[in-house]
Amino acid sequence: MSAVADRARTDDAARAAARHMLARIGRYVFLCLVLAFFALPLLWLATAPFDDTPTIGISLPRFTLDNFRTLLDNPYALTSLVNSVWLAGGTALLVVVFAALAAYALSRVRVPGRDALLYGLLLLSSIVTGTATMVPLFELAFRLNLIDSRLGVILVLTGGLLPAAIFILKDFMDATPTSYEESARVFGASPLQIMRHIVVPVVRPGLATVGVWAVANVWGNFLVPFLLLRGPDKAPAAVIMYTLYTEGGQADLRLLSTFSLLYSLPVALMFVFVSSRYGFRFHGGIKR
Amino acid sequence: MSAITLRELTKVYPNGVRALDALDLEIADGEFFALLGPSGCGKTTLLRTIAGLELASGGSVRIGDRAVTNLPPGQRDVAMVFQDYALFPHMTVRDNIAYPLRIKKVGRAARQDKAASTADELGLSALLDRRPGQLSGGQQQRVALARAMACHPQVFLLDEPLSNLDARLRLEARTFLKRLQRELGVTTVFVTHDQAEALALADRIAVMEGGRIRQVGTPTEVFRRPANTFVAGFIGSTPMNLVPARAHGDELAVAGVRLPVPEEARGRLADAEDVVYGVRPEYLDYSPEPAPGALTGRVVVVENLGSFSLVSLDLPGDDDTTSVQVVVPEGREPQPGDTGWVVPRPGRSLIYRDGELVTGAAAPPVPAPRTGVGADA
Amino acid sequence: MVQVTSRPDETVEGARPETGASPAPDAAGLGRARAAGFLVPSMVLILLFLVLPAAWTIYLGVTNYRLTGLAAAHPEVVGLDNYTTALGDERFRTSLLLTLQFVLGSAVIGQAGLGFAIAFALRDRRGPLRRVVEAFVLLSWILPSSVVAFLWIALLDRDAGALNVLLHTPGTAWLLDHPMLSIIIFNTWRGTAFSMMLYAAALENVPRSHLETARLAGASTAQQLRDVVFPRIRGHMLTNLLLISLWTFNDFTPFLITAGGPEQRSEILAVYVYKVALSGGELGFGAAISFLMLLINLVIALIYLRMLGRRKERA
Repeated sequence: MSAVADRARTDDAARAAARHMLARIGRYVFLCLVLAFFALPLLWLATAPFDDTPTIGISLPRFTLDNFRTLLDNPYALTSLVNSVWLAGGTALLVVVFAALAAYALSRVRVPGRDALLYGLLLLSSIVTGTATMVPLFELAFRLNLIDSRLGVILVLTGGLLPAAIFILKDFMDATPTSYEESARVFGASPLQIMRHIVVPVVRPGLATVGVWAVANVWGNFLVPFLLLRGPDKAPAAVIMYTLYTEGGQADLRLLSTFSLLYSLPVALMFVFVSSRYGFRFHGGIKR
Repeated sequence: MSAITLRELTKVYPNGVRALDALDLEIADGEFFALLGPSGCGKTTLLRTIAGLELASGGSVRIGDRAVTNLPPGQRDVAMVFQDYALFPHMTVRDNIAYPLRIKKVGRAARQDKAASTADELGLSALLDRRPGQLSGGQQQRVALARAMACHPQVFLLDEPLSNLDARLRLEARTFLKRLQRELGVTTVFVTHDQAEALALADRIAVMEGGRIRQVGTPTEVFRRPANTFVAGFIGSTPMNLVPARAHGDELAVAGVRLPVPEEARGRLADAEDVVYGVRPEYLDYSPEPAPGALTGRVVVVENLGSFSLVSLDLPGDDDTTSVQVVVPEGREPQPGDTGWVVPRPGRSLIYRDGELVTGAAAPPVPAPRTGVGADA
Repeated sequence: MVQVTSRPDETVEGARPETGASPAPDAAGLGRARAAGFLVPSMVLILLFLVLPAAWTIYLGVTNYRLTGLAAAHPEVVGLDNYTTALGDERFRTSLLLTLQFVLGSAVIGQAGLGFAIAFALRDRRGPLRRVVEAFVLLSWILPSSVVAFLWIALLDRDAGALNVLLHTPGTAWLLDHPMLSIIIFNTWRGTAFSMMLYAAALENVPRSHLETARLAGASTAQQLRDVVFPRIRGHMLTNLLLISLWTFNDFTPFLITAGGPEQRSEILAVYVYKVALSGGELGFGAAISFLMLLINLVIALIYLRMLGRRKERA
């Protein structure tokens, strides 16, 4: 091999190494920018609640926990969190139970047009998210006497979440080999026993996923309770939070910051729990 | 007592596929019975229909003295081991084995005892508190067998019992399975697509194709005397040589050579009739020198299979793709390009007409079942 | 050897006694009746609170129904008046245009683009950096909308907002001067997590051997993306775009930040409907606009589904 070719090759290698290095640096810079972009708005939530004179800006807090006392003084702050728990818990329960039953039936029994129906409903639910149908939803709730009723909010939210929940759970059920159930059936288990002993335990990760997903959805949902609930005594935290910074005069930043934190904490903790337990990602991804 | 009798059994799927076609079969009490065939032949459907997981479209299934055609699977007193074993992933080995007893409302203590003793029989005692995910393939299979045994069914149904094991483990599991079946003496039906597995394990084999049974017989019968060219091609690690031939009196013209018509076909062939001459590679002897009554041709491929080699020879003829394969013991392999002679062993050649064996025997489509462990078949 | 054996997959022909097909039992022996029973609760709720409101929108849209006043008690059918009014209304058309900007900017470019970039940058990383980046992206997705809305109000505040401190641009009123840009960036921040996770899962489906083959052939990163990655995850990309487009189109959260202002400069359709129907009390007119929104949603969905269908045909 000639020396020229040799040198050309080392040059190429050096260039490739430099390019590789550059790409690495580029990637780090990009990821740091991403991190900054996503972390910046959240900083206030981490500092303000513990600052003895919270401002709208971000500053190193002079540490205090006194701000949390304002939560007790506000008549609606704590009750609104309780309201949120009721709404989220009730909706999640209905969604998980109903969606599990429906997904199981759809996964295991051949219904003609099943997939088309499911996709249609899924599409409809992502279209009809409340905003496009807020007028008839309001009307409907009014006629069914569900205005200013927690049950009304729960039912409306459940109806909206069910198609996607069925879709997610059906994926889990489809991935479960039918031989489990057939095996149990040969041993003489009844359909309900099969559900209890086999299906529910096997798809538990799926049920947990849907439950958590439903809770997170309801916990943050602003529009439906804003639309359907009248008084502040039944309003969930999402609505109270909004009134805190829009209604009347100077917002109390002590209350606002501590309430924001307290209101955010449950979903954040739930996320930590789920991601450490199951890994918070799509398995295989959604595709058609 | 727990023989299985199938009469005119038919299964048509909603999409019109006829998976089982008016099938008759008797499986004797205590017999180890194989359903063998290529994929899509209906063997798994047959097993599932016996289990009750598929409902027959027509015909009847009897297990012992009970008609079970329309009974749900739980009431047929059968146990099934699935291809993937279907061990419940959220239960321990103990709970898995005890599950059938839980369904039968056996008390907790009693069923745990039973699970422990069954596990002990299969050498699983150390694994009782593990989950299926922590077991090797062979261990999983044993747990599945233990679970099937725990409820003392009349019939075991095994769907491809060895297919999920790797090659080495498979041999071990095969021996284990055969021994277990001998000891338990329970009527056992298993499905396989592997002819070697069927030959090694079964007392009798039903070879299936297109929803029908093409031959039922002992491993020796289906290996030595395939009832038709389908079975001839399917059974054996190397398929049977099938060479076009023409009858001339008591002789056959095969690839330019005159061979005697096998005894059982003698007098049953018309003069100048076109038939197929069949002989297994194992029943041919290779000779590097001319021999009387030998087919001759040029060696084209030599495949070393360990203690023997499989030698392919091209035969002369109108059709130059006519070839035979012959098993040659080690140390005597020819070289490609050599000219060789192959001599069929006496009494091992078969004649097929229109794909069916030409034979003097009455050729019952379903030979009488061989009596197994139970005396009253 | 001559092929005399019949092919194993050949079906046996010949006349056989006809027997009807038996119903295929399901794995658990559920049976159709019980399966239908399992479906009932879900279907009732979905019909009542999803399908019915969608259908009702159509009816309300042709009436002059109002929240209060004479027309509240006795709504009259006014035909297509609401629709002609809406289509002729400058405010509606502006709002539609803003909504399309919002969808294009924050969903298609913002969320999908950024989400893919992050997923791609993190594709073969494990360890703390990946976890931290993912955690923050996900956090912005899962926090309640009324909280994040206020966080952005604080961030963009004219006097003491962190952004102005950071950029040394004191006194810039972002929400007043650039309301659309603000909510577009806000929504990108808010929704990127979904795309990121979906693409991360999709990228894991791209076989390593394909990428390695491309790399061995000397393909650059851009070429690998174009020739190996994109064709492979096209289905994921389209599904993702469909979902986030529809979600963004109907998103009400910007209302919490700008309430459509100033001077309706960030009044996307979701906000517009709310203001017309529930603040303004014109329920019939609001429903007509809702229905137009449904139609536009449908068009968006159909476009994506067609592209998906074309992908299937080619596959």
